[in-house]
Amino acid sequence: MSIMVGKDTRLLVQGLGSAGRFHTDKAIAYGTNVVAGVHPGKAGTTLRFEGATDHSGVPGRPDTYAVDVPMFETVRDAVAATNANASVVYVPPFGAADAILEAVEAGLELVVCITEGIPVQDMVVVKRAMQGSGSRLVGPNCPGVITPHECKIGIMPGYIHQGGRIGVVSRSGTLTYEAVKQLSDVGLGQTTAVGIGGDPVNGTNFVDVLEMFAKDDATEGVIMIGEIGGQLEVEAARWVKENGTKPVVGFIAGETAPKGRTMGHAGAIVSGEEESAQAKKRIMKECGIHVVDSPAEIGKTMAEALK
Amino acid sequence: MKIHEYQAKRLMAARGIAVPEGRVATTPEEAVAAVRPLVEASGSPVVVVKSQIHAGGRGKGRFKEHADLGGVTVVTDGIQGGVEAAEAKVRSLAEQMLGSTLVTIQTGPEGKAVNRLYVEQGVAIARELYLSVVLDRATGRNLMMASTEGGTEIEEVAAETPEKILRETIDPAVGLADFQARRLALGLGLEGDALKNGVRFMKALAAFASDLDTDLIEINPLVVTESGDVMALDGKMGFDDNALARHPDVAELRDETEENAAELEAKEFGLSFIKLDGSIGCLVNGAGLAMATMDTIKQVGGEPANFLDVGGGATTENVTAAFKIITRDPNVKGIFVNIFGGIMKCDTIADGVVAAVKEVGLQVPLVVRLEGTNVELGKKIIDESGLNVVSATDMKDGAQKIVEAAR
Repeated sequence: MSIMVGKDTRLLVQGLGSAGRFHTDKAIAYGTNVVAGVHPGKAGTTLRFEGATDHSGVPGRPDTYAVDVPMFETVRDAVAATNANASVVYVPPFGAADAILEAVEAGLELVVCITEGIPVQDMVVVKRAMQGSGSRLVGPNCPGVITPHECKIGIMPGYIHQGGRIGVVSRSGTLTYEAVKQLSDVGLGQTTAVGIGGDPVNGTNFVDVLEMFAKDDATEGVIMIGEIGGQLEVEAARWVKENGTKPVVGFIAGETAPKGRTMGHAGAIVSGEEESAQAKKRIMKECGIHVVDSPAEIGKTMAEALK
Repeated sequence: MKIHEYQAKRLMAARGIAVPEGRVATTPEEAVAAVRPLVEASGSPVVVVKSQIHAGGRGKGRFKEHADLGGVTVVTDGIQGGVEAAEAKVRSLAEQMLGSTLVTIQTGPEGKAVNRLYVEQGVAIARELYLSVVLDRATGRNLMMASTEGGTEIEEVAAETPEKILRETIDPAVGLADFQARRLALGLGLEGDALKNGVRFMKALAAFASDLDTDLIEINPLVVTESGDVMALDGKMGFDDNALARHPDVAELRDETEENAAELEAKEFGLSFIKLDGSIGCLVNGAGLAMATMDTIKQVGGEPANFLDVGGGATTENVTAAFKIITRDPNVKGIFVNIFGGIMKCDTIADGVVAAVKEVGLQVPLVVRLEGTNVELGKKIIDESGLNVVSATDMKDGAQKIVEAAR
């Protein structure tokens, strides 16, 4: 089993500029079922993706693939024609919030927004507009979501993933890869890896993903990778203390970050004492999370915790 | 992006938010020329000379060159001696302040050079209050905070008398509602004209924040004048860098002299760079991994010299630029390249490092850890370059090796 995405995911891609096309090609090579694209001025055409199969993805496929993805002007048209149930957004920053809203309005269950650099006030509006909606937003400014050997949505390198027993949830892209690779190396593998993104206002948060992993029978433990700034990790730690049944290994990046400076991610800034890495780690430990001081220890710490 | 007080006040005035009259000056002559029109327009013989730097605590700050001179000085000479006396005093102040270095609680001991002054009308203050608009990450909405404790650092108020901070969360679909603004204004004890003016001020400020994509507005103090006006006596603002392209009028207010030259240069190459005080230079892809790399260096006994995220789409040229920026820092005694290739390919990083070393030379030890996409190709490029590079198997191994080599 897995969470959010899997064999039944029918993916729609919003924004097929050069980045959108590049990653759509990689997703198809991995075996993701891409059913539609939305891009201005392209309705009625198809976009062909072909190349060598990525055999780290969905098993049992021929060595090459050639897929014609039908293009649409609006998300509603695309959903009506193809029954897409998830969307990934590669639309540039100033159009991305609108693209999310369009996907939500069309009733897609899952919207994954990869776009980096969306103005915060745009996300404030998106969050407000999504209140009460049945859609789930992951991101923005995130690597995406992957269930190994089933479905890859986003920009993560597929081949480092290995199907297995551990759920991964992270605010950081490359640190997710770091954790995933270690889990693959120690033979634990992943059920699903979710990048929730580094922006201050986003869709899905740690607690949402922890709840889903808790209900997923295949997931035996969870890796949680946080950063300085905000309260999300602290909320997650308290949730683990109250509700947790599976071991959680945690890391917080930014112990050495100076106060008041934004460290790359718009959300990674220490504005109060409780937002520092030290404070978050302390609270996580108090709540029973196995906290590691270096990301290099994530894999073996989880292996220990499962014993 | 931060802007100066005088710029913040111009933006507010243009949107109908009350601020005192003032004029900016970069020379003593301009400062003197500002006095008469301000006195005539306001009817008050008092003016205030304010240093314009991107740091708070200016009033209590002192100049390195003039130990008894504050960064904000009220000129009362005009009360007795008329405009000429005020002008003479402003001239002498401007001559001392311009070009001098102001040290405040926020500048660090090195201080900041004062290149501009803001000469402002004196205001007959009845009360000093506090007002701000910030993003509240817990709700994903803007939050307006108000307090009767104007002129005090809000962190201090929050720590000692948290009940004195009033809060209203702003619904982006509505803006700050009338009843919310009234609740804040009543909570501050405003009445009569001041209540009406306060409500208007707050509503306009909340709209300002969402329309112009600020990430912080702090009005400290917000003053109530003896005649019941409510105006911003100071204005500290930061803007969301990601939104600047849709506000060209704000974007052009950037003062590059206030920013670190290396950080500005890095930005041109799409790099996210922050200079720190340690001796181990770091070149990493991804913000989280870059922070974790710094943390790991510290754990094994070193101190990072910088935060540097080359980003996901970096080219060989970007990497070369990053390498040059790091090596230019004389404190750097060793460099650690830590890459987990995803979209970023290891061979691109390797090419960039090799090209940079060939161009600028390598005076300090270099440890490289490559993992992920095209890792074998990347390692081959490094190996065949003939450069004196130490390879590392993982992040911790690399951190240990560079800290050891830099001793």
